[in-house]
Amino acid sequence: MSLFSRAIQKISTGLSRTRQRFLGGLGSLLTGRKVDAELLDELEATLIQADLGVHSAVKICDDLRAAAKDGRIAKGEEVIDFLKNELKTYWPESDRSISYAESGPTVILVAGINGAGKTTSIAKLAYQFHSEGKRVLLAACDTFRAAAQEQLTIWANRIGCEIITGSEKADPAAVAFDAVSAAKARDVDVLLIDTAGRLHTQDHLMRELTKIRDVVRKQLPAAPHEVLLVLDATTGQNAINQAKAFLAAIEATGIFLAKLDGSAKGGIVVAIRNEVNLPVKFIGLGEGYDDVEPFDPETFVEALFA
Amino acid sequence: MFESLTNKFNDVFRKMSGRGRINEANVRESMQEVRTALLEADVHYDVVRKFCDDIVEIALGTEVIESLRPGELMIKIVHDEMVKLMGPADGQIYYVKPGPTVIMMAGLQGSGKTTTCGKLAKFMQKGDRRVLLTACDLQRPAAVDQLEIVAGQVGAEFFKTEGETNPVKVARKAVTHARSTGVDVVVIDTAGRLHVDEEMMKQAEDIAKATNPHQIFLVCDAMTGQDAVNSAREFNERLELDGVILSKFDSDARGGAALSVKAVTGKPIKFMGVGETFDALEEFHPDRMAGRILGMGDVVSLVEKAQETFDVEEQEKMQAKMAKGEFTLTDFLKQMRQMTKMGPLKSIMKMMPGMGGQNEMLDSIKGDEVGRMEAIINSMTKAERNEPGMIDIHRRRRIARGSGTKPEDVSGLVKSFTQMANMMKQMAGMGVRERMAFAKQMASPGGMGAMASGGMGKVKGSTKMGKVNKRKLKQKNKRKKRRR
Ligand SMILES: Nc1nc2c(ncn2[C@@H]2O[C@H](COP(=O)(O)OP(=O)(O)OP(=O)(O)O)[C@@H](O)[C@H]2O)c(=O)[nH]1
Ligand SMILES: Nc1nc2c(ncn2[C@@H]2O[C@H](COP(=O)(O)OP(=O)(O)OP(=O)(O)O)[C@@H](O)[C@H]2O)c(=O)[nH]1
Ligand SMILES: [Mg+2]
Ligand SMILES: [Mg+2]
Repeated sequence: MSLFSRAIQKISTGLSRTRQRFLGGLGSLLTGRKVDAELLDELEATLIQADLGVHSAVKICDDLRAAAKDGRIAKGEEVIDFLKNELKTYWPESDRSISYAESGPTVILVAGINGAGKTTSIAKLAYQFHSEGKRVLLAACDTFRAAAQEQLTIWANRIGCEIITGSEKADPAAVAFDAVSAAKARDVDVLLIDTAGRLHTQDHLMRELTKIRDVVRKQLPAAPHEVLLVLDATTGQNAINQAKAFLAAIEATGIFLAKLDGSAKGGIVVAIRNEVNLPVKFIGLGEGYDDVEPFDPETFVEALFA
Repeated sequence: MFESLTNKFNDVFRKMSGRGRINEANVRESMQEVRTALLEADVHYDVVRKFCDDIVEIALGTEVIESLRPGELMIKIVHDEMVKLMGPADGQIYYVKPGPTVIMMAGLQGSGKTTTCGKLAKFMQKGDRRVLLTACDLQRPAAVDQLEIVAGQVGAEFFKTEGETNPVKVARKAVTHARSTGVDVVVIDTAGRLHVDEEMMKQAEDIAKATNPHQIFLVCDAMTGQDAVNSAREFNERLELDGVILSKFDSDARGGAALSVKAVTGKPIKFMGVGETFDALEEFHPDRMAGRILGMGDVVSLVEKAQETFDVEEQEKMQAKMAKGEFTLTDFLKQMRQMTKMGPLKSIMKMMPGMGGQNEMLDSIKGDEVGRMEAIINSMTKAERNEPGMIDIHRRRRIARGSGTKPEDVSGLVKSFTQMANMMKQMAGMGVRERMAFAKQMASPGGMGAMASGGMGKVKGSTKMGKVNKRKLKQKNKRKKRRR
């Protein structure tokens, strides 16, 4: 997988910010400790504070307790490996990669609630594809929010990729239509569709999203090949409702977990995997177009305890 | 995971009601449920712990009043304590004389600062004030354009410095500009920043130092999870906040962040954002928020929303009818029409206790369904509308033919209506807690789902909240017992 090879390098050389954070805090909680009730309580507290939610936190601690009981783990240090293994099974390699079109443009539809980080995340993906030599087209289907199209246009210019915009307050589905036509005509490799932020509870806006998806599909039967839900890592338990709603409206295929460079842990994706089975594909680690990494469960687990 | 908190509370309190009084053991046991409930509402772990400890102390020191069951008393203690923690309400902007009053916005990326600038401008302009919006986000692509458009949309003045890359300088110039032009309020929009980003936090401090804002507001996303305490604490320490504005409260988030943020900053929650448009700014009401966090539904807001849209006299008539059990299919139709006027049914329904997770059920109420119900009711004779019990198989067929529906649709509607009418009669005399229990019952499989339109009754019924009719309550309890 050539995509994100740079980012992977970044992780392996220890430059990843998540890893750096991990090195700081993990030891203090686990090193030199027995896996006893007290440690498990602390772990549960840590997991809850990482936004895993009570259910998922308790579930994981129960598994740990069982493992400690039948002697599979005894020392605090072993806990992390246990959790890594457990959580790795949550996100198998296979569903962390991008599915590309067999031929013709690969279409990636991006959606999420207001301010989650959609537009910036699209810039990040566009930059990665672009630096791999792929021809990238952006579709600015947020015709609603003030200066949303300008924002994406600036990104397109910085990256040096093409963009299709619509007039202000234009029907976003019409812009998507134009974009897919252009993608086909121009022999584009990847088309990334930006959409306006919308709350998962706003039915008419969710229907609008479905319509965008349908318009795309009508022109390119296998498209969209990926439907990414951008989730703000600081989001709490409400993200589960978000995931459910976006899954129902546009069959989201994966999560782009943005803003993981703050102190929030994004643990809600564990609960989301438990509840609605939606994988995480990428993480956002800053406001620049190269602040992106493929999701790596191991690093993620380490970061939970950082 | 997202079972209604209401259900949880009911379970706890049902358990407790069997035991005569509050003692340490049952308080602690119920606190376990409260704890989970609050954590699921995203209140921070430590805040929850402290809160629960306080509750235990208060509860144990409280005398159980004869007439109140321990469970009821407990929910009151929890609710009141939460209101106390989140209050007092303070939806004021303090203006200085002579002006300009300087207001600075701060917060994490994407929390809603720029949009909130527009909302505040609109709010402040109501008092005939001249408001100047200043673009000090020189970071995010097109952030300046965004604010300029926002200013245009709300009719506020706008300030930017072309070519300047230092937001501190822009802010300083804006205030000078405001002074010379006699503007009343300057609002400084700043770039979103992470509380852990030292350089950016320093920049925020510098902007504050350069402009001496009279008020600094933190804009915080209502959907924020556990990390809300960390960011709020840091922003407060660095900027000495004057208040917090919680955005995106139009979502179905329980909004535990409100409690967390208030607990760590001690700063008043000023407003809440409830939409993307510029009039979507509301005062913060601690009592409603407590209800929302506890999963009791934002009943008060709902009532207000309903009242705004409903014809008040009509409504009173309707309520009287309901209480007396004289509610007819014609009234039902009238309500349907009013409900559709109130906007997407679902968003209203979701504010109801116990309704949060009932997506599938709510999905079954569709706009065109109202149209079909209307057609059916229109095909009935006046007598049938007043006395739907008389609709037999022959009448059913005739009505179906007349309305282009199937006879099953007709009987379905009549059944729903009858259930609803009964329910409303019961609810008319209920207090909040009874309503909660009822909502739970309705939300259970086969309750609400089986009678989609029954939801109307609940919404309607809730407009009578607060009027507790003890006699009716007793009757209802008796009825319940008999059913068991
Ligand atoms: N620190 C950090 N900030 C991010 C990240 N991703 C996005 N942002 C910032 O978050 C804010 C919102 O990002 P946008 O990309 O505009 O979000 P959006 O979802 O497109 O927003 P709307 O279109 O308004 O709904 C901007 O200030 C971004 O710079 C990230 O991974 N880390
Ligand atoms: N539904 C809803 N959306 C809101 C609310 N407030 C803001 N938004 C939306 O949230 C998104 C982000 O809002 P902005 O005002 O751009 O946020 P910001 O804090 O200025 O973002 P940055 O400058 O990038 O840090 C936009 O899509 C807004 O329309 C609200 O109360 N409800
Ligand atoms: Mg956007
Ligand atoms: Mg902004």
